[in-house]
Amino acid sequence: MKPTSTATGERRVTYLDHAATTPMRPQAVEAMTAQLTKLGNASSLHGSGREARRVVEEARETIGAAVGASPSEVIFTGGGTESNNLAIKGLYWARNAGGDRPRILSSSVEHHAVLDPLLWLSSHESAQVELIDVDPLGRIDIDALRASIQSDPGSVALVSVMWANNEVGTVQPIAELVEAAHRHGIPVHTDAVQAVGSLPFDFATGGVDALSFTGHKLGGPLGVGVLLTRRELELVPVLHGGGQERDIRSGTIDTPSIAGLATAVELAVKHQPEFVELVGSLRDDLVRRVRSEVPDVLYNGDPSSDLARRLPNNAHFSFPGCEGDSLLMLLDAKGIECSTGSACSAGVPQASHVLLAMGATEATARGSLRFSFGHTSVQADVEAVTEAIGPAVERARAAGLSAVV
Amino acid sequence: MRVLAAMSGGVDSAVAAARMADAGHDVTGIHLALARNPQSYRKGARGCCTLEDSRDARRAADVIGIPFYVWDLAERFHADVVDDFLAEYAAGRTPNPCLRCNEKIKFAAVLDRALALGFDAVATGHYARVLEAANGRRELHRSVDRTKDQSYVLGVLTAGQLAHALFPLGGTMKRAVRAEAAERGLAVASKPDSHDICFIADGDTAGFLKGRLEPSPGHVVDESGAVLGRHDASYAFTVGQRRGLHISTPAPDGRPRYVLDIEPVTGTVTVGPVESLDVWSMVGVHPRWCEAEPSGEFSCEVQIRAHGEPLPARACVEGGQLRVDLDEPARGVAPGQAAVIYERTRVIGSATIDAVARQTSPAATPTVP
Repeated sequence: MKPTSTATGERRVTYLDHAATTPMRPQAVEAMTAQLTKLGNASSLHGSGREARRVVEEARETIGAAVGASPSEVIFTGGGTESNNLAIKGLYWARNAGGDRPRILSSSVEHHAVLDPLLWLSSHESAQVELIDVDPLGRIDIDALRASIQSDPGSVALVSVMWANNEVGTVQPIAELVEAAHRHGIPVHTDAVQAVGSLPFDFATGGVDALSFTGHKLGGPLGVGVLLTRRELELVPVLHGGGQERDIRSGTIDTPSIAGLATAVELAVKHQPEFVELVGSLRDDLVRRVRSEVPDVLYNGDPSSDLARRLPNNAHFSFPGCEGDSLLMLLDAKGIECSTGSACSAGVPQASHVLLAMGATEATARGSLRFSFGHTSVQADVEAVTEAIGPAVERARAAGLSAVV
Repeated sequence: MRVLAAMSGGVDSAVAAARMADAGHDVTGIHLALARNPQSYRKGARGCCTLEDSRDARRAADVIGIPFYVWDLAERFHADVVDDFLAEYAAGRTPNPCLRCNEKIKFAAVLDRALALGFDAVATGHYARVLEAANGRRELHRSVDRTKDQSYVLGVLTAGQLAHALFPLGGTMKRAVRAEAAERGLAVASKPDSHDICFIADGDTAGFLKGRLEPSPGHVVDESGAVLGRHDASYAFTVGQRRGLHISTPAPDGRPRYVLDIEPVTGTVTVGPVESLDVWSMVGVHPRWCEAEPSGEFSCEVQIRAHGEPLPARACVEGGQLRVDLDEPARGVAPGQAAVIYERTRVIGSATIDAVARQTSPAATPTVP
């Protein structure tokens, strides 16, 4: 199965999986590649080392300025997963050093990069993890979180709740939960991997104590991310070694990636309003047209286009009677690339824990697709889906009825 | 033609997929995830359900240049193949799960889904041939490599399933397939063949059953009913088995004894001398025909094990059951095994052996319980 070709034989791919990864911005490629041929370890004391270090520190300042953090609050990591591990384990170890704060409060719709460190801490150490329920739109039950905190505030090591959900796009009430936690002096970490560049955002006024994001979701390179941490926050490192990054994250500093990341963050934040305008209108159009092509489709998450409620680039559907992976395959054959949710290492699609937490049935969860727009999206992407979705759903439905597992 | 190539991660299915792509078909590769909790790595040369096998299949698809997906059929496989396997053993029978998988998974669940998704056929790396007869009818035949022939495990396919089945390797010797894989740059060219039962990774069927079936202790008796010993689990015995019979006293004539029959309800295992294993006729249930159902009595060959010899016989279908009378007696015929009926190289159909008779006299005509 080959993607549809244009009259000139050019391969036309409709890429609607920007929440998985989005193309690097050309300026970021330029900034990164400019560093690839440069000599120098940013920790070396000689001239070449100082040059590299200067690039890294300028990047730190650029990123700090863009996201409202002081440069010393920017810790470079290897990506979102590492940032989340560092924040969660680092805070838990620091705050529960005496064994008196074993509780971690989080939500039932977190990404695996948060859920799995939490489950690891609970199965390998004595962490007591409480995953707070969400409503049918995927929004955390803030009253339940408050009640959980208030039941024994002194025993909570941290609260970790994502800023915006990677699957259904629901934006969490971060300010409210920060307020609930800070009242008792409990630090808050948020996984903002999907939020930076999509939502208006400022670390200084946002109130969270630690925040994760990654380069490749906002037009920067893969394999580099950031953990923003308040200066006064104590973190126990996960990686031990040369003591880079304030002794919190050891490992030779990746100067080229950091240079590319800084350019991407600067551009993503600067162009965030235009980004919202572009992807928001494409998304709204896609939702309208998919609903018209497939009248019984379910639109998951918050139906509002309000940025306080839903990511502007996310559209998530359940197609009754279909297997999501059948649909994905049929659309892939037409050159339309989207996602069924989180894939496990074998590439087997599993019913999304996010949808199940929102109250969906297993069958509904398995029949889901996420379309996510990005800075390179165009109207033709919407046209391609509009044209392909009806026949694909019809086919997948026939296959679903014949072979639903 | 749009072809779905089932890719296990082994050399055969990889070359089969490559040949389909070379033939100009629009080929998509899929790997079936059949294990509920796949292991990361292959252990030994068994099984085909690890993440490593999935990766091998993906890399083969990359080299061939076809799209590749993983289909999760673990629940279905467990229900239709593994649970059936356990139930058959618990009932004192000896099942062949590969036939069951072909009947229920590869050429049912997968084929149905493929057809619904717009594919025309499913291709696998089985060593068998589908030949078109003069009248346009599709016939299933043995592969030219008789040592690798897998037509036996495909004997459950109906004409409707065969119409959409492609076996691109049936005309090739296995060693040539390996050489071709190497020539094509497929990394699986020298990967060991998988064998035995894919979901019993260590090959220890008795151990697998022990962990999953209730104990079923009972007596070991001779043909006269005299108790010779006790055992813990009737499912640990197979008709024709000689060792590990839990008998303290030797036979009066000092000759070895073999399992003749397993009665699962009472747990009674009957043993006797080797000539008592001779089976002259059998009745099969659940017949499946690769072509039109035959009528009347006909001469044929019957094969009762995956790598067994074809045995000359006469067969007929009566009341939805297949009756087979052998020209010469055969040993090691157990209920649960598939009797696959051939005419020379052509597969006519199959049935699951339900009852056997050890004498030729009409009085011993087997009856179905």
